[in-house]
Amino acid sequence: MSYPTQIRESMTKVEVTRQRRLTETHPRLSAQERETILKKFHPDYIEEAFRVLRLGPNRGERAPRELADALEAPAVIRHVPELLNDPVSHICDVLVIGGGGAGACAALLAQEYGASVLLTTKLRFGDANTMMAQGGIQAADKENDSPALHYLDVMGGGGFSNDPELVEVLVNEAPDVIAWLEALGTMFDKEPNGRLRTIHGGGTSRKRMHAARDYTGAEIMRTLRDEVRSRGNGSQTSILIWEFRPVVELLLDDQGRVAGAVALDLDTGQYMLIQARAVVIATGGSGRLHYQGFPTTNHYGATGDGLVLAYRAGAKLSFIDTMQYHPTGAAYPEQILGQLVTEKVRGLGAQLCNVEGEQFVFPLETRDVESAAFIRECQERNLGVATPTGQPAVWLDAPMIDLIKGPGTIARELPAMVRQYKRFGIDMLNEPILVYPTLHYQNGGVAISPNGGTQLPGLFIAGEAAGGIHGRNRLMGNSLLDICVFGRRAGVAAAEYAKQAEVADFSLNHLENWEKMRQEAGLQDDQPAPIILPDYTRAQTARTIP
Amino acid sequence: MIEITILGQRYQVPEGLTILKAFEWAGFHLKRGVGCRAGFCGACGTVYRFIGDYRLHYALACQTVAQSGMVLGTIPFFPAQRPAYELSTLQPTGETLLGVYPEIMTCFGCNTCTKSCPQELDVMSYMAAALRGGIENLADASFDCIMCGLCVARCPAELVPPNVALLGRRLYGKYLAPQAEHLHVRVQEIRAGKYQAEIQDLKDLPLAELKTRYESRQIEA
Repeated sequence: MSYPTQIRESMTKVEVTRQRRLTETHPRLSAQERETILKKFHPDYIEEAFRVLRLGPNRGERAPRELADALEAPAVIRHVPELLNDPVSHICDVLVIGGGGAGACAALLAQEYGASVLLTTKLRFGDANTMMAQGGIQAADKENDSPALHYLDVMGGGGFSNDPELVEVLVNEAPDVIAWLEALGTMFDKEPNGRLRTIHGGGTSRKRMHAARDYTGAEIMRTLRDEVRSRGNGSQTSILIWEFRPVVELLLDDQGRVAGAVALDLDTGQYMLIQARAVVIATGGSGRLHYQGFPTTNHYGATGDGLVLAYRAGAKLSFIDTMQYHPTGAAYPEQILGQLVTEKVRGLGAQLCNVEGEQFVFPLETRDVESAAFIRECQERNLGVATPTGQPAVWLDAPMIDLIKGPGTIARELPAMVRQYKRFGIDMLNEPILVYPTLHYQNGGVAISPNGGTQLPGLFIAGEAAGGIHGRNRLMGNSLLDICVFGRRAGVAAAEYAKQAEVADFSLNHLENWEKMRQEAGLQDDQPAPIILPDYTRAQTARTIP
Repeated sequence: MIEITILGQRYQVPEGLTILKAFEWAGFHLKRGVGCRAGFCGACGTVYRFIGDYRLHYALACQTVAQSGMVLGTIPFFPAQRPAYELSTLQPTGETLLGVYPEIMTCFGCNTCTKSCPQELDVMSYMAAALRGGIENLADASFDCIMCGLCVARCPAELVPPNVALLGRRLYGKYLAPQAEHLHVRVQEIRAGKYQAEIQDLKDLPLAELKTRYESRQIEA
């Protein structure tokens, strides 16, 4: 495929300036400049992309239109009385909804604390954004670093809006999480003497980004998954795994406590009643809602289901008016549009260049600022690179990594990226790549306490579905960290809660109230939620040849 | 437009789509055989032939452009052997690998696994390392495996290379990788409360002061 001629002309400019740029550092933006550029160019500030919620715990607050539609939607379940007459499919102490990193951590710890666990997930166990995280996981474990410095970076990166209690827990438990993952057999990049190899991420003051090549999330996920499977041996306290069975509704008891959930078997179309003493929602993010029409780095199943479930049951959400746009989404070729180009590429030294081959932003600003700078370069300054589909782009000068860090660095540190571009005819070792912001992360979610608890007794949240840890912008490497820190905590808290929870009669009475509220708000019979899977088929599909 | 065959039915789809998007363009609302859509999860392992050609090809549907004449099939699920084991009770030795997966001795070196790997890994070579007890080699050479299972479906000796490799990597990561002393020191320091006061100070700072502290922090070169 490689680059078409008009793009090659600009690429040559990048090559011409490369040697000179090796010794140049683009200045960082000041606090004032950062604020200005965010307000003018970050998608979170496009007023018409948001609307006010008309019902539910966050009524009166703003949310992206696509999320607001899902949160206000009618339930998937239509015939409640018939459903509740079905036999209960499974009874357990702790139900974990979601089979990504946070769900796996919660399941492991809940089991260790004596709970019988059911982990049910939408697609396969491990089909999650965790698997796709490439660049790294933060932990302040080097001599020149400290949890306090990590704390300061997290707060500053989040615009000082983060919940300090959650941040404190996040940074304090980070080194322990790395040690725990290692004890489970995770292979982090190391020096021959055992020291963990670390680099910078956007907005870090110390090099504390740990990686496993550029398969960091995959390495963590497959290790956690293997450990969960090892404990799924059918003994009394074990972990049962259900796949292709997403949850479509929570069950509550007459006191408003969470008492289980209803899953939908995607193959048979059957509903399955699950009675549980405690529930952990670990359903991840919502990139597949494609806010503002952005492409996304997210997994196929990232439709924000957990937010919908918790919201309808009465849990309050926080920071849902802010999404993270990863600055370096692939902008060319079209086949991989919006897919992640890890921040590690910039962490290793690659600079950003405009159509003239000149730097226009410091490569490791926080993601919100970096993205806004890309958008400004293309929209206001008109110095972006035009691709054949009309998708604007800027250059990420990957080949300079080998010039800075020595030949072979790119191949060793970024095998997934090299492989991805090679598949589409681009040689990342020698050619710069085209990038543009892509929808990446749900900064907010269900408001949690430090143990993952919500104001609904028996309901715990972990991972991307939780809100407050990252404030209005997450730093690279703090998501793989938070799924472990808060996944483990939610697992423990749910198991402890389950020990003293009574088994009560469950109901779906909250759905009746929900419908009433919808009618009072004048809402129509809209598309139900959770959305479960996006639909990329065409209304008029390809002509079948007889 | 190009003509392709999906699960036995012929369709016309636009040129340039990935196989995955070609399925969707043709009207498939996928539940199985689709995952991260970015080449990391291994859900979309796909086999295909071209009309009139006996040879079998392998791909990730999300990472491969559909070509005219492709006859495409997916593998929504393939059973894979994985005995229960407890990592903390295992020794990082070749005997352990052979104990958990004794069938790896039946590998007869046909190289079908390597030919079927969409990641272009040398699967047969890492399985040979497993047989020799070369755990470090096994872990390193298999690291980029995304566990799509195409080699599992094709192995005539009925082996499950991705699971063997995963056990090898876990043994390496837990037992054989050199220890990070600084990590364990820091964990102990945190447990002893060494940084508690410093973080509490930051939490107690007025916002303006916290912002100043952030802007003036030293950045490691």
